[in-house]
Amino acid sequence: MTPLLRLEGISKRYGGVRALAGARLECWRGRIHAVLGENGAGKSTLIKVLAGVVKPDAGTIELAGKPIVLATPAAANRAGIVSVFQELSLLPDLTVADNIGIVDPPKKWGMIDQRAQRRLAEEALARVGAADIHPLARVRDLALSRRQMVEIAKALARDPKLLILDEATSALTAADVATVFTVLRQLREEGLAIVFISHRMHEIAELADDCSVYRNGCHVATFSAGSKSPSEIIEMMIGRDVKSAFPPRPAQKSTQPPVLKVANLSWAGRLKNIDFEVRPGEVVGLGGLDGQGQRDLLLALFGALTGVGGSVAVNGKVVMLSSPRRTNLAGGGIALIPEDRKTEGLMMPMSLRDNLSFAAIDQFSRFGLIDRQAEEAAIGDMIRLLGIRADGIDGPVAALSGGNQQKVVIGKWLMTKPQIILLNDPTRGVDVGTKQELYQLLHALAEAKAAVLFYSTDYAELIGCCDRVLILYDGAIVRVLERDAMSERNIVASAHNVATIAADVPP
Amino acid sequence: MRRDWSYWLSSNRGPLIAAALFVAMFTLFVSKHPAGFSLNIVNTAANKGALLAFVAIAQTIPVLTSGLDLSVGMVFVMANCLASTLVVGRPVEAALGVLVVLVSGLLCGALNGLIVVFGRLQPIIATLATGAIYYGVALWLRPAPGGAVNEGFADFITGSLGNAVPFSIVLLAGAVLLIWIPYRRSVLGRAAFAIGSSEQAAYMSGVPVARAKFLAYVLAGLFAAIAGLLLTGLTYSGEANALLGGSYTLSSIAAVVVGGTSLFGGSGGAIGTIFGAFVLRTIGDLLFVFDLDPLWQPLFLGMVLLISVSLGSFRLLRVKRRVDLYR
Repeated sequence: MTPLLRLEGISKRYGGVRALAGARLECWRGRIHAVLGENGAGKSTLIKVLAGVVKPDAGTIELAGKPIVLATPAAANRAGIVSVFQELSLLPDLTVADNIGIVDPPKKWGMIDQRAQRRLAEEALARVGAADIHPLARVRDLALSRRQMVEIAKALARDPKLLILDEATSALTAADVATVFTVLRQLREEGLAIVFISHRMHEIAELADDCSVYRNGCHVATFSAGSKSPSEIIEMMIGRDVKSAFPPRPAQKSTQPPVLKVANLSWAGRLKNIDFEVRPGEVVGLGGLDGQGQRDLLLALFGALTGVGGSVAVNGKVVMLSSPRRTNLAGGGIALIPEDRKTEGLMMPMSLRDNLSFAAIDQFSRFGLIDRQAEEAAIGDMIRLLGIRADGIDGPVAALSGGNQQKVVIGKWLMTKPQIILLNDPTRGVDVGTKQELYQLLHALAEAKAAVLFYSTDYAELIGCCDRVLILYDGAIVRVLERDAMSERNIVASAHNVATIAADVPP
Repeated sequence: MRRDWSYWLSSNRGPLIAAALFVAMFTLFVSKHPAGFSLNIVNTAANKGALLAFVAIAQTIPVLTSGLDLSVGMVFVMANCLASTLVVGRPVEAALGVLVVLVSGLLCGALNGLIVVFGRLQPIIATLATGAIYYGVALWLRPAPGGAVNEGFADFITGSLGNAVPFSIVLLAGAVLLIWIPYRRSVLGRAAFAIGSSEQAAYMSGVPVARAKFLAYVLAGLFAAIAGLLLTGLTYSGEANALLGGSYTLSSIAAVVVGGTSLFGGSGGAIGTIFGAFVLRTIGDLLFVFDLDPLWQPLFLGMVLLISVSLGSFRLLRVKRRVDLYR
């Protein structure tokens, strides 16, 4: 039997950087193949080769035993290889239906048949369990998790032979992930070959048939899923031993007066009477289902929303939060690590130096002139603290790997020496090694008496990192889980607001 | 779930605002005009409006791909000069001349497209350069104003059908029905919107980026040439007028914006642009009926431009997430 797709000896260099060195991969019909590796291990490049985005320097690609050249994404599509990328490939100004039917829409008299296309879109959305998305809605107006569902529906509508999911579930809610997985299993039964990339080990354990691990552009091993323990797999990926995933939290509760006190915070019907406080040295988690107001709460505290009701006090003093810049200058010292590093966190074409120093530029500038030496010293400290791996500080951040970019986003705000740090799902799409470093960093920040508010879609992370977790549901805090009550079961139950729904809504 | 029409409404806000603005302004103009609503007035207004509308449609298509075509005004002038030398003599010869003029527009557009797509130059600078070249061709064709245009042709395209409907409006409607709407619903037409929305995502989705961009510039050339023919019909002659070309290029961009097409690309369309062009042209008419010096026209034009762009930005007042302002 021949595999549906075989890659052999694939090599690729970007300038002096080796991205892939003799990598190989085999995909079989009716099997889900998980591709694992740290950021920078060459996974993305390998996937881009498959998708026709990157042309390899050497190596062969065989489709059903016949050599094939994948010169463009369109060529890969024609060969039946369809990818769902981590960086969304949707067209924001077009409707959902237009996006789903973008390449090969149903036609009538040479023109796109809008009705048929709409039906197609509705079917595709229903198939992935996202019938709540209107086919005429503009993609720009959808939430990130909905966009990702559209992306998956779009891929399936192309009737692929090989489906590639590159971190395709990173922004999805737990319920969406479950539906998508059901669809993927069904597709596997139908004989589709699936390549699956995820940083969530439990997703891989749940879904994959085969696993391939890559490190530094080389293929390390391929084995059938379940034959290796997660820690063995992680060892293969990072080539070093991993201890416990989360650094231990100090047992003592902080007794200092709260640095952040939020009372009765409301906004546009999306946040409702939110009360909580955070003491110095505390890590407070925000949990719950995706899109229950966690992001809006962080934005409100950062001063990025208008018309926020209620009061926010920093160190006992009520502050007006009117814009990120004011927030930063008013002595509030609030930093937000945003969700989407590409658009809200970084200026991609600008240098590492500029990106790191922008938020804190007042600290080393006088009369509007930047003191380059002070700047460089501060940047050097930050690069060491975070372990940012970069080739000098004057290259564009776009050239860094995803994990390193995320560190730059965090470093940029740490430069301002904030008292309050708001983190918006910082480990999304970040590899295991970098995640570890981020947990350590979180720990170090808390030790240094910063107040941390940490939103994560990963329950394990909340349990492992936080002193307390606030569960949001429909814009309100429905439950606060203290250290001992923090279990995956409790979080999930509270997130679905089970008790409240049963009581309030008659059947 | 929201109704279908509410999605339709929100995606057609720009054109609807432009249409409403035009209807209001034109009603005011006709009601103040001493002659009232007469065929003559409507015909004159239609011809002036259609002239700019065609140039502006030419501009719209590259703008949708988040490009810009600074040569549309010069292709328009060049087509006028070419028509004044070719659309002459017997009807058959004149008809052949019309065809040659249209093809020359297509060729100008194709050259722009080749340079932008395969030369990978920025559209703004590429078309600034080719525009100057097309003007050179116009000057070479017609060093001095003149020409003996086939009068039957000229009177026909600037007259009215059955003494009721101005032919220029029929021409516009025909262009919309036979070129714009099929284009908008074709794969390459939608690709133009896709490219303007996010070129990278379009490429990743397997959209034929190069072909779609090329076609956008080719169509721009065609529409500019149609405008050139209309101008020839109005003036019965040709003139290599650089000022005219430049001013039509700039007005075309204004009409595109007033018509609700985003200069960032990805949303808008020719129908909004047509109303945008008519709004701009009605300003001059309003000055006339209110007895104001035509020299005030630029002032009012600027104001209308600012107001209509502001109307399009009203949604920003409702933005509750400041981050969204910087999208």
